[in-house]
Amino acid sequence: MPLFWLFLIVLAIAAGAYLLARSRVLSMAGDDRRALHSLPSYYGSNAAMKSAVPALLLLVAWLLAQPFIVDNAVSSLIPDAAIADNSSRALVMAEVRRTADGLDMAVASGGLTEALARSEGLDLDVATSSLQEAGAIVTSQLTEPVLAAAQQFRALNTIGARWMSVAVIIVALIGATWGIREASPAFRARNTVERGVRALLIAAASIAILTTLGIVLSLVFNTIEFFRLYPASEFFFGLSWAPSFSGRGGASDLGILPLLWGTFYISIVALLVAVPVGLFAAIYLSEYASPKVRAIAKPLLEVLAGIPTIVYGLFALLTVGPLLVRVFGDDGLGWMQAGTAVMTAGLVMGIMLIPFVSSLSDDIINAVPQAMRDGSYGLGATQSETIRQVVLPAALPGIVGAILLAASRAIGETMIVVLGAGAAARLSLNPFEAMTTVTAKIVSQLTGDADFASPEALVAFALGMTLFVITLGLNIFALYIVRKYREQYE
Amino acid sequence: MYDAPSTTKEAVVTDVKIQANDVQVYYADNHAIKDVSVAIQDKTVTAFIGPSGCGKSTFLRCLNRMNDTIDICRVHGKIEIDGEDIYDKRVDPVQLRAKVGMVFQKPNPFPKSIYDNIAYGPRIHGMARNKAELDEIVERALRRGAIWDEVKDRLNAPGTGLSGGQQQRLCIARAVATEPEVLLMDEPCSALDPIATAQVEELIDELRQNYAVVIVTHSMQQAARVSQRTAFFHLGHLVEYDDTSKIFTNPEDSRTESYITGRIG
Repeated sequence: MPLFWLFLIVLAIAAGAYLLARSRVLSMAGDDRRALHSLPSYYGSNAAMKSAVPALLLLVAWLLAQPFIVDNAVSSLIPDAAIADNSSRALVMAEVRRTADGLDMAVASGGLTEALARSEGLDLDVATSSLQEAGAIVTSQLTEPVLAAAQQFRALNTIGARWMSVAVIIVALIGATWGIREASPAFRARNTVERGVRALLIAAASIAILTTLGIVLSLVFNTIEFFRLYPASEFFFGLSWAPSFSGRGGASDLGILPLLWGTFYISIVALLVAVPVGLFAAIYLSEYASPKVRAIAKPLLEVLAGIPTIVYGLFALLTVGPLLVRVFGDDGLGWMQAGTAVMTAGLVMGIMLIPFVSSLSDDIINAVPQAMRDGSYGLGATQSETIRQVVLPAALPGIVGAILLAASRAIGETMIVVLGAGAAARLSLNPFEAMTTVTAKIVSQLTGDADFASPEALVAFALGMTLFVITLGLNIFALYIVRKYREQYE
Repeated sequence: MYDAPSTTKEAVVTDVKIQANDVQVYYADNHAIKDVSVAIQDKTVTAFIGPSGCGKSTFLRCLNRMNDTIDICRVHGKIEIDGEDIYDKRVDPVQLRAKVGMVFQKPNPFPKSIYDNIAYGPRIHGMARNKAELDEIVERALRRGAIWDEVKDRLNAPGTGLSGGQQQRLCIARAVATEPEVLLMDEPCSALDPIATAQVEELIDELRQNYAVVIVTHSMQQAARVSQRTAFFHLGHLVEYDDTSKIFTNPEDSRTESYITGRIG
């Protein structure tokens, strides 16, 4: 039974339970809803919740567990002799799975009958040819153990799916009965539903946290794998970045320092653009602009935040780069060789960050109590004196937090750098030279046809991990500062 | 019901410090102050009383042009301090506010040290030639604010860390530090407990030696305790303005009598 139908059946059972529980409790109370503890819909919701939630949880758990169990069972069927010398059990299992998929496709396209696909007498040649006709990707000639294992694989999966449907529907029905039987006027359905809602909200919150954990773990394991192949000291302290793509185990220099330097250099240029412009814009909008101007200008400024970074990258590549070359290039001052440079990427990234700085700073400046301004004006201070000496110091921790958040965004930015900064990993002080960043190199290391087990590919995870640790540190620091600032007022 | 106004605090007839004639204030279309004329005397505490929304705070804020910071507010009429029209085009409102200090309803120390809070005004107006002079100004202001003994050992501690009453006295000291001639107080005790209120009231009485003090208050007892002259506002009109003792014992207008006996409000 397809999953979708199973899902619909569970929902239908839940809907039925809702109606039954609702009408049952109403009839028990003699159609007088004042005699009920809760509103009738709560009794219905309670029954629907009790039938749908355990059933759907079982469904999810089953879907996660079944592949493991089936794989283990089938894998033990394959004799060691069937595994070639230069292969592994995992590779053979992959072939078994492909063959099983192929059989499904052949049955679906009519090349094989379901009975024949299941029968032990299925001829190897017939199977191979019908699989190829159905368009399945298999090796040229199937072997006996693989075909047998594939048939077993299919059989187990079919049985599993059938039992899953039965179990899920039974659980749904049991839950529905339980919920309907509970529906009596004295039952506190409202409180039970409240607990259910709380559990739902907790689940949503934990999904976000668990996902973060999962991302970190996947990074950590691949990073450990990388450090097994490549010495950590050379990675962290190496001064050159020169991965070799030609050979396995060829001498690659994978030092992170040139990349980190590029990242920080570009981020610093970006912040030098974004912080003053963003901050001044925020001050103008929150202190000087009339409500009418503010209502128009603030959304316009925030439009900048909605532009996809690839568009910024194009802007860097096609507009800012050539413009800089005209001024600083060989025809002008002669400092710049090509349009892609730290300056190009930094300027465009700075423009991208303006709304981050200005929007957050604007909120923070607005949060400074009007009493502060009144106090300052009352002492005969002008508007800019008030802003400089009272409002900004009061808002400073929050503004620093905003800047740090912008910085962590600059460090993690990819597309602008890929298009605007060039690809050469270089330790240089000249902002008109091409450099590259950690993020850009992660992209280039993983988008080739490099073997995934080689240090050249795995280094991407180590780079990602380093970046993650840096931005995480910045974010925590920013949050710490923002929180400390809040305490100052209350 | 309220303290009898003490006879020792009878108003001494002195010079007129502030003269307001036919003042009208509008918030957009709302006519908030109507035809108010009042003469506020120097070295006297003048109390503005009246029910909420009667315009007493609005009128107070006209006296140092704080209403200029509100876009929709318009002020007509004439207000003179020492014979100079403060709404004249040549008057710089920023300079005016240094001369007419203000203390607000809620204590609003800046998030700076106690020292920097007091030194803020003198620094802006360049009142001190060097650090020693500034130290002297700060100490004098804190002494006048009757808070010097409590904070002299922790001048570098943040002003926001003081108690509510101390904060309000700090704000008074801050206003005094710019050497104003008039001190405006907008319900300075409404956020304070009775003990802090008593301390601030005592301070107000001392400040009378040097300044013309105008205080807006909701508490009639407070008006009776601290002021020599009282103005009663109602619905934007100045109903009655006289010696405090007369207002509270023998008011001429029936509305004043109703208000001080608690029948309207």
